[in-house]
Amino acid sequence: MSNWMEALKEEIPDHQIMTEIADRYSYSFDASFGEHLPDVAIQAKSKKEVVHIVKVANKYQIPIYPRGQGTCLSGGPLPVYGGIVLDLSQWPEKIDVSADDLTVKVSPSVLTARINEEAEKHGLMYAPDPSSAHVATIGGNLAENSGGPRGLKYGVTKDFVLGLELVTPEGEVIQTGGQTIKNVTGFDLTKLIVGSEGTLGVITEATLKLVPKPAGVQTIMVEFTDVQTAGKAISRTLTSGILPSKMEFMDQACIRAVENFKPSGLPIDAEAIVIIELDGHPEALKVETKLVEGIMQEIGASNVSIPATSEEATKIWQARKQVSPAIAKIKPTKVSEDATVPRSKIPEMMDRLHMIKEKYQVEVVVFGHAGDGNLHPNILCDKRDQEEMARVEQAVEEIFQAAIDLGGTLSGEHGIGTMKAPFMEHELGAVGLEMMKRIKDSWDPNGIMNPGKIFPEKGQKLVLRNE
Amino acid sequence: MSELQALQQKINYDKTFDCVQCGYCLPACPTYETMERETHSPRGRINLVKMVAEGKASVQDLEKPIEKCLGCMACTTVCPTNVQYGEILEGAKEVIEDHQIKSTSRKKIEDFLFGSFFPSGKWMNTLGNLTWFYQKTGIQALANKSRLTKLAPLHLDKFEQVIPQQPSPKERSKRAKRYKRKRPAHAKVAFFTGCVMDSVFFETNQNTIELLLRFGFEVVLPEQQTCCGALHAHSGKVNESVELAKRNIKAFEEEEIDYIVNNAGGCGARMVEYHHLFEEGTTWRERAEQFVSKVRDISEVLAEVDDLVFNKSVDRTITYQPSCHMTNVQKVKNPPLQLIKDVPGITLKELDRPDFCCGSAGIYNIVNYEDSMDVLDVKMKDVCGTNSESVITTNPGCLLQMKLGIEREGVTHTMDAVHLVDLLLEADPQQK
Ligand SMILES: Cc1cc2nc3c(=O)[nH]c(=O)nc-3n(C[C@H](O)[C@H](O)[C@H](O)COP(=O)(O)OP(=O)(O)OC[C@H]3O[C@@H](n4cnc5c(N)ncnc54)[C@H](O)[C@@H]3O)c2cc1C
Ligand code: SF4
Ligand code: SF4
Repeated sequence: MSNWMEALKEEIPDHQIMTEIADRYSYSFDASFGEHLPDVAIQAKSKKEVVHIVKVANKYQIPIYPRGQGTCLSGGPLPVYGGIVLDLSQWPEKIDVSADDLTVKVSPSVLTARINEEAEKHGLMYAPDPSSAHVATIGGNLAENSGGPRGLKYGVTKDFVLGLELVTPEGEVIQTGGQTIKNVTGFDLTKLIVGSEGTLGVITEATLKLVPKPAGVQTIMVEFTDVQTAGKAISRTLTSGILPSKMEFMDQACIRAVENFKPSGLPIDAEAIVIIELDGHPEALKVETKLVEGIMQEIGASNVSIPATSEEATKIWQARKQVSPAIAKIKPTKVSEDATVPRSKIPEMMDRLHMIKEKYQVEVVVFGHAGDGNLHPNILCDKRDQEEMARVEQAVEEIFQAAIDLGGTLSGEHGIGTMKAPFMEHELGAVGLEMMKRIKDSWDPNGIMNPGKIFPEKGQKLVLRNE
Repeated sequence: MSELQALQQKINYDKTFDCVQCGYCLPACPTYETMERETHSPRGRINLVKMVAEGKASVQDLEKPIEKCLGCMACTTVCPTNVQYGEILEGAKEVIEDHQIKSTSRKKIEDFLFGSFFPSGKWMNTLGNLTWFYQKTGIQALANKSRLTKLAPLHLDKFEQVIPQQPSPKERSKRAKRYKRKRPAHAKVAFFTGCVMDSVFFETNQNTIELLLRFGFEVVLPEQQTCCGALHAHSGKVNESVELAKRNIKAFEEEEIDYIVNNAGGCGARMVEYHHLFEEGTTWRERAEQFVSKVRDISEVLAEVDDLVFNKSVDRTITYQPSCHMTNVQKVKNPPLQLIKDVPGITLKELDRPDFCCGSAGIYNIVNYEDSMDVLDVKMKDVCGTNSESVITTNPGCLLQMKLGIEREGVTHTMDAVHLVDLLLEADPQQK
């Protein structure tokens, strides 16, 4: 080990190089499954340092794994083959808003929610809003192409990236894209890098697009006595000339879990609820609210509530936020999936999920960004129960199968990482996957940049159990 | 039970599974911010406890990350899955204490503090006198004499500078144990004086009694009360802390009272958790629950009183630094703010990050002086940004630390640190 460690020390301050066992274990995990001990965790605080570290890794062929705040739900930053975890979270924060250009330049460590905070000071908005935005880094968001509820109207991270600076796996620095909305010069490398999960290089700076902050918002909560009607209501709204900023779905199991956890006044008898947020000019909001109310009544919603004050609206969204912790109370281990289907297929997907739940006798609850078909089926189980986990593995496989059958995808926003790699070929086909692999191999000839992600090993299977 | 199983039980291995490693606690943790690594974050610490319980890391590996935790519990307030970090932390400390692997300097410091400085015997009578004695003779000199400072720089002189002038033992002994009222009382309260409060901030304790009387309470000071045991528990000395809890429960049972009132956020936080120290179904558990149900911070009982006027206007700009233990463990947030807002003439400028610890954290600022100062510097930037003339706090540790911060920033001529009680009394409250 010593040679490359010595080489690293030439340009990186000692306190940024962590070799003690306590430190190494602290960079061995993310928010998903599995734990892998790296040989070293190194913090980079500048482009120069990244270049040096990557060059050394490439020269000595040591695997290197970029890491933001380790909130990934698919194993993206896990050092599966040992080597170097490159911690980017301590890079000094830089957020330069150019209000007149409606753009912002950021360093990779910036917490996503901070970008929106700064934008709001100029009457602007950075729209992508993953629920982890106050914890996760923009570097992680770019690598995972993260999205949130507002994705329905505004799009996800990739729709907000104008340009990137990247240190390639060979330690060279490239700039992609630019500062302008329109740009057709050459291949769109920016889009290729966004969502590449740290396998094509280390993002060291990003130029992002901002949009005007809407003047007002209006929340509406709609209750249904069956899941199918809820699905239909979503499609009907979206085909009637209204584009809400958010349309969130919760099934009865979620509603009840929240009410047990922190009573918030949700209707526990409803089979499903859809929480809608409209945004725009206050006058337009009044009209649209009436329209949505009409649509819902006509389609057979059992109740429509329109909060009169912003406090009441906040309470509804707070309840939505409680879903994740609330369902964790059902059983200690939560396997979160984010299989996504075309919007019209939501009712069918709900049926399939119900069948899977019965077949494998596992606890499944469903919530998510139904407006864009991005459901979050969650399986609640107990990691310590090996037999149950085996059933969960099978159920997860079948959920992926169902999504693909219905013309959907493995992951709407959480990424492939280690967890979903085994299912890639199934969705993309052998040639599709092979083309991707060729791109990866030409970018990273020595295969050092975040190996073990996206591309499955031969015969790799989903494993949620500790051996 | 195998050795590993015994360790797992003691270290609360089971509770570590509640952590889903979401990282939501990272932005709330002061040491993650100042020490800049996951090892010193709540998620990192919980994971290390798990690694130790699984035999993948040694207890020794755990020592530093646990020692550097402030115990401020900011992580528990933001944790979406309600991880019992407090219990995990105490379990880890106990295991470290059991393994006797603390570095020699740390052990020496603790022996000094728990042996000489916080004698656990006859607290109430001796401790205040000791502080007075130390002040006269010099704490630093004493530490020098015990050759402690050779092992670890203690910086006690820094603390000495900011300790208020102490009343003599004679003045202390003049204090009554019982204060009856002529008019009917709102309630009868027993005042928990607290060891650090009663020794270092004796005046504030006197003011507390005065304030309670003026607000219409009958006050008693049970003589047998002792230290709350928080500092012991934070250092892994579990048995001692259980012993102290029992003595307090007994001392306060002897009086017919409605509330047990304290003015130290850290002590209050310890006392509201006394029942966790005893197994369910035991008599001690039941007695502890009785005790806990009566524990109140002084601000809680005062805020309930509505037949009062403040006669004097306090024309000052102030800011409020809440005690972490009061916010995150006792969950008392509003009463102090409400009382401050009632004081006529006051301009309250709230901090940007009130929930960020000041770095005092029990004896943390003594044993981990440098790390504590890093946390304090972050806090003082926020405090100075408010341009306040006073910082109000509700805990002796925080009060000392804020005084230290004011010294460090060199703003002693424009800013002071004041206990909420002293501020309220300054406004001259009288019953209508
Ligand atoms: C409770 C919870 C809720 C969540 N909600 C959402 C949600 O609503 N929507 C959503 O999309 N996701 C969500 N996530 C997933 C996660 O927060 C996102 O994937 C996030 O983008 C990860 O950011 P991070 O900083 O933690 O990155 P990490 O987890 O550290 O890394 C993620 C990936 O990015 C790579 N990477 C990190 N920084 C760089 C860089 N500078 N250059 C190149 N590669 C890099 C890593 O190698 C890794 O593959 C949630 C997670 C949790 C725990
Ligand atoms: S917030 Fe809670 S569950 Fe999340 S990482 Fe921290 S301790 Fe674990
Ligand atoms: S108690 Fe405070 S210092 Fe310790 S891990 Fe929690 S937030 Fe960090």
